Amino acid sequence: MRLSDRIKASYRGLRTNMSRTMLTILGIVIGITAIIIVVSIGQGAQDLILSQIQGLGSRTIIIEPGREPHGPADFSEMYTDSLKQRELDALMNSANVQGLEYVAPMVIQVVPVNYENEISRTNILGSSVEIANVLDIYADDGDLLREDDIRNHTSVAVLGSEVKIKLFGESDAVGERIKMNGRSYMVIGTIHPKGQVGFLDVDHMVLIPYTTAQQYITGTSHFGALFARAIDEDSVPRVVRDIELTLRELHGIDDPDKDDFHATTQADAMETVGVITGALTALLSSVAAISLVVGGIGIMNIMLVSVAERTREIGLRKALGATNTDILAHFLLESVILTVFGGIIGILMGSLLSFLASLVLTKVLGRAWSFTFPISAALLGLGVSASVGLIFGIYPAKKASRKSPIEALRYE
Amino acid sequence: MALIEARNIVKAYPDGTRALSDVSFDIQEGEFVAIMGPSGSGKSTLLHVLGFLDGQTSGTYRYNGKSGDQYEPDEIAKLRNQKMGFVFQSFNLLPRTDVLENVALPLVYAGIGKKEREKMALKAIRLVGLSSRIHHDCSVLSGGEKQRVAIARALVNTPDIIFADEPTGNLDSASGRVVLEFLQKLHSEHGHTIILITHEQSTAEHAERILSVRDGQLESDVKVEHRRFAKEGYEK
Repeated sequence: MRLSDRIKASYRGLRTNMSRTMLTILGIVIGITAIIIVVSIGQGAQDLILSQIQGLGSRTIIIEPGREPHGPADFSEMYTDSLKQRELDALMNSANVQGLEYVAPMVIQVVPVNYENEISRTNILGSSVEIANVLDIYADDGDLLREDDIRNHTSVAVLGSEVKIKLFGESDAVGERIKMNGRSYMVIGTIHPKGQVGFLDVDHMVLIPYTTAQQYITGTSHFGALFARAIDEDSVPRVVRDIELTLRELHGIDDPDKDDFHATTQADAMETVGVITGALTALLSSVAAISLVVGGIGIMNIMLVSVAERTREIGLRKALGATNTDILAHFLLESVILTVFGGIIGILMGSLLSFLASLVLTKVLGRAWSFTFPISAALLGLGVSASVGLIFGIYPAKKASRKSPIEALRYE
Repeated sequence: MALIEARNIVKAYPDGTRALSDVSFDIQEGEFVAIMGPSGSGKSTLLHVLGFLDGQTSGTYRYNGKSGDQYEPDEIAKLRNQKMGFVFQSFNLLPRTDVLENVALPLVYAGIGKKEREKMALKAIRLVGLSSRIHHDCSVLSGGEKQRVAIARALVNTPDIIFADEPTGNLDSASGRVVLEFLQKLHSEHGHTIILITHEQSTAEHAERILSVRDGQLESDVKVEHRRFAKEGYEK
């Protein structure tokens, strides 16, 4: 029997009971839809995070207090005070760390910012002059931070573009005074719109000297993080090693497991993101896989009913010359067509829903969330749905092929 | 060598009932034979054995000199497909399928291409006089027309032998006569070997020879003296 005739015969068999066919594939449709959504949104999240990490540049090394978090308990260590001025000075000494372009400290706190009657709760970033290089920003109006401001703990502030608009609208901000934590700051500049860099939203932050931030905003002497930049990409691993050795020596640490800091390169960060989103995708996909198994059992159930209902037809086909293989192929193809059809609907629905989700997420997050049609997931979905059809169709099809023609013809 | 050689055929069911016991006969190529008996006599079982639709419990059945156990299962399927045609009492047409496709179904299993299939099917349909109905769904046809479709399907592969199991059983007398007329025509004009199963003496007399079966045993094997011809009228 020709393959095209086989497919046609199986298709006809399915078409005679269209409403049941559609209901049967629901489980497969839902399973494949879920997988497509999970993979597509997971990919979108990964793309977004990676693009932000890459915004920092591959030469950037982030040094944070506490050892590298390996579990939820380790996150509390991020608030230890192991990074202070002393550590910053040690790292900036080229005798300790070679190939370092600069180190910029960071102090971050959320604080209400007032100008006249306007209030905005905003991230205050305390840093040094080098922050301009770290974040790759420049001033639209006025200036960014100057060395004098750092040294003298001056009360000056540079506004992110959105903060500026929120507080001042279209009018000029430079030279005006804003209030943070009850203290008055002179606006010395506004930052050209930049968007997200790493985990910092530049447009929604206020930049002040780190010395000022420590004294008047956080009231502590430690940093939230240090941003270091290597002179070139090749020297990143060596710079990281030097940083680690310097800080360990400074803190009298012999055992790297007892580090009270950790240095992360952008390569590390990307890898971590990949691992996390990969794990999440795998987890959610396995939930979707359960739906496929349930759907497959539904298919098997319906195919068994169908085989029983069509016992007479099977007998007739055998009497007219169908071999056992013909009958087996007929019913196996029916279940595969069924599941592949379900898979195609699932791929279309999953893509549509992920596309809609990307629009919603773009609106909600205020960032471009890219929709990617997950070709690999679509192919996987097709493969999986076909396999479900094969696996769960084989038992009913075997049962059909073993019917003796006469038993089948006698069946009423 | 006889086309059909049945020797001491016994068909017993697991519960001990014997549908056939010790049945022996020969049928030559080109014969038109009726197997007659009341319901439950074992005549249908006999037809199933002859058509390789069912196996016998003991005894030998040779078709074309070869017994059933000498064939592979797929060879038997091929035999049924290409050398045998079946006509059933309840027509057994595929529902929601038109006349053309029903008739062409055996050709699908023979692996013949669509164009050639249609050509052969149309020829068979013309033979049973249903050319005007080729694209009608079988469910809208009358009983007589359905049985003619079944006959067209049985002969589409130009088989050596046609097994007809009570082909007139579900038909009124006029339609039944038409069906018998076609069987006689296939026999006389096309030389097909025909085995007709019936419980009616009058129907059986359309054949050349009658094998009477009762309680699973061959009661008599006689040549029909006054053969009926459907063309002249079904009932006398």
